[in-house]
Amino acid sequence: MMLSRVAERVYWMGRYMERCESTARLINVNTKLLLDLPRGVSVGWGTLINISGSEEYFQRDTDDADERAVMRFMLADVNNPSSLINSLSSARENARITREILPSEVWELINDLHWYLKDNLGKGLARRERHILLQEVIDKVQQFTGMLAGCMSQNEAYSFISMGRNLERADMTSRIVDVGVSSILPASKIDTATEPFENILWMNVLRSLSAYQMYRQHVLDRVNAEDVVMFLFQDSMFPRSVEHCFAHLSQCLEGLPNGEDALRVLGSVRRKVKSADFSNLIDAGLDEYIDDLQAEIGEIHRSIAATWFLPEVQIAS
Amino acid sequence: MQIDWREYDSGEFYDELISSPGHPRKVARHLAKYLAGLSGEDIAERKLSAELAIKTMGISFTVYSEAGNIDRAWPFDIIPRIITQKEWQQTERGLTQRLAALNCFIDDIYNDQKIIKDKIFPADLLASSANFRTECMGMKPAFGVWAHVCGSDLIRDNDGSFYVLEDNLRVPSGVSYMLENRKVTKRVFPELFENYNILPVTEYPTQLFDTLAAISPRPLDYPEVVVLTPGIFNSAYFEHSYLAQQMGVELVEGGDLVVEDDTVYMRTINGLSRVDVIYRRIDDLFLDPEIFNPDSVLGVPGLMRAWLKGNVAIANAPGAGVADDKIIYTYVPDMIKYYLGEEPILPNVPSYMCHDKKQRDHVLANLDQLVVKPANESGGYGMLIGPQASKKELEEFAGLIKASPRNYIAQPLIALSTTPIIGNKNAEPRHIDLRPFVLQGRQSYVTAGGLTRVAMKKGSYVVNSSQGGGSQDTWVVVEEGK
Repeated sequence: MMLSRVAERVYWMGRYMERCESTARLINVNTKLLLDLPRGVSVGWGTLINISGSEEYFQRDTDDADERAVMRFMLADVNNPSSLINSLSSARENARITREILPSEVWELINDLHWYLKDNLGKGLARRERHILLQEVIDKVQQFTGMLAGCMSQNEAYSFISMGRNLERADMTSRIVDVGVSSILPASKIDTATEPFENILWMNVLRSLSAYQMYRQHVLDRVNAEDVVMFLFQDSMFPRSVEHCFAHLSQCLEGLPNGEDALRVLGSVRRKVKSADFSNLIDAGLDEYIDDLQAEIGEIHRSIAATWFLPEVQIAS
Repeated sequence: MQIDWREYDSGEFYDELISSPGHPRKVARHLAKYLAGLSGEDIAERKLSAELAIKTMGISFTVYSEAGNIDRAWPFDIIPRIITQKEWQQTERGLTQRLAALNCFIDDIYNDQKIIKDKIFPADLLASSANFRTECMGMKPAFGVWAHVCGSDLIRDNDGSFYVLEDNLRVPSGVSYMLENRKVTKRVFPELFENYNILPVTEYPTQLFDTLAAISPRPLDYPEVVVLTPGIFNSAYFEHSYLAQQMGVELVEGGDLVVEDDTVYMRTINGLSRVDVIYRRIDDLFLDPEIFNPDSVLGVPGLMRAWLKGNVAIANAPGAGVADDKIIYTYVPDMIKYYLGEEPILPNVPSYMCHDKKQRDHVLANLDQLVVKPANESGGYGMLIGPQASKKELEEFAGLIKASPRNYIAQPLIALSTTPIIGNKNAEPRHIDLRPFVLQGRQSYVTAGGLTRVAMKKGSYVVNSSQGGGSQDTWVVVEEGK
């Protein structure tokens, strides 16, 4: 018998843990990209903030934001709701509230990671040690997922955690593709001078999602925008592709009572992704397409909340 | 630092482990020798490993005033406090006797009020009790038990005997820390457990579950038991969550429960599901906004209706707090004689009741010698410790007592016993108390030992964790006969 409130809490725990990993990956892709690209072609740091959708909390214009300010904002700023430290604190609060249903190692892992991050945030600001910090976050979230798979009964609570993770992951994969799209020149303007960097850019996008190897096995052609975008949106095998996340979400929904509404909403979004014509979208309109998709992911969340979570309490005034 | 017991002196106070400098009590000899054999590095390393365990296990408590930092690591000292089983057996009988009498009293007060008719207990004291709930009149809970869980605070005076300082019958907390302290000590000093025969404490959650399951209105093998918490901002939230986890029951907040047709349900992802027993960790006044505080968002509208109809059991029962009042406390020895026809096994701390003119005059004349406590506060708030108070504080309390004498009692300052903690240069004595937990339902149960709370500041008498107190593991040790 699962309480609605608990379902909501573990769902958010799943989302926030995944968001920690995604934020770390997002920063990693940008940092590595900078090392590879020459001056002039470089990606601005402010793009990261636009992509994470948190520009309204950034006190300055994102266009001229420097690396240090952006890093502080994305990693350590307590006023930024999606900063790494805030995501992890939220995951920890949700785990703390539901620890009676989680394997105790899971709570201990989140708690430890929280203390580690608090003690080491300074490392993330300088480029040299940033990688170590971010990799630790990614590893620990992977361990968290593995621990759940290995030590937790695959019950309803497990489904809600998986749902949170997969919805968040689909969202973040689309945002990471957005990094590529927004730092890239329109295909028509690609010339012999910029082409090699184009290639580097998409390789980094793939690497940030640990997708490079899997992509190479799957797509025989050299790394190019269209194939990368199709792979990250439509591939049914790769666990970080949008389609794979949706398929997993669908499985979870089918196993829960009263899942029909959420399944219907998910089904229509999923069909749209499957049938999208990315070769045309890449030339024009991919960024709007991604914005729309993010809004639709929001719709999926709302139908899940309306079906299973506690109704908003009306307090008589 | 290295411990040198010859330099350890608790002065005039009774010390739990060391009877005089260099001389451990018999039961503590092995422990004292072991600790003295540890190097400074060893001790630092053990301390660190305890801190780490506490941090990793997430053992925390919350301080009300710190909105930003809601949980703090639990303060713990690694030296265990030892009580012999022989002494404990006697204490255990005393505690069981006491709770039995208190339950007879509560049941009587809400029904026939024989104790008032027989002129043992004055009616006006009841009428002025802040925790007497007329809404509960005529209710007959299972086994006549209203207070299923009681945490009584025991202190030891210079003469070495235990006294009951107060009985907490509303929502006593601390038992989870008792359980976790033992786990931490096992991690820190596993080798000591080979040389001591220590009574285990782990069965408490099972005993609590059995107590709760037995009062279910539906006779089921597995009644739906829930723990009702005010939420994560409550200072004892860690414990609420811990007990739910250990008992394998749901931890619910007010918003999770709903009353329909005078029956309590919880909202689940499958819809509504019936609840049989609520172990509530919310004060009476927040339980049901229909009856008590209408602004409460912590409680459940209609809960009292469901309880009065007998469709749900609540532990502790609403109204049980009537006996958790420092004036009523002074009558417990009389209750034991009246209801059980027995002599009290555990004595009360002698108390002066300020509503009685003669006693009040004595209190006001000797205020600088006494401890004054409000009748209905918990957590060590609003107390005056006369011998340590400033002139201004003494005057302020004299005013308070005159203004509402019913609200205050005074007690002589008991010379609380001490026990060693790890200090900077050596082990140092600190004042302590003991909170054992007593259950009553179909049967009674007393924890082996309890939570030892330590006033970590030198010379301080305030042991509450909300006011800078710490804790130690408490061992009830079986002495092997020679």
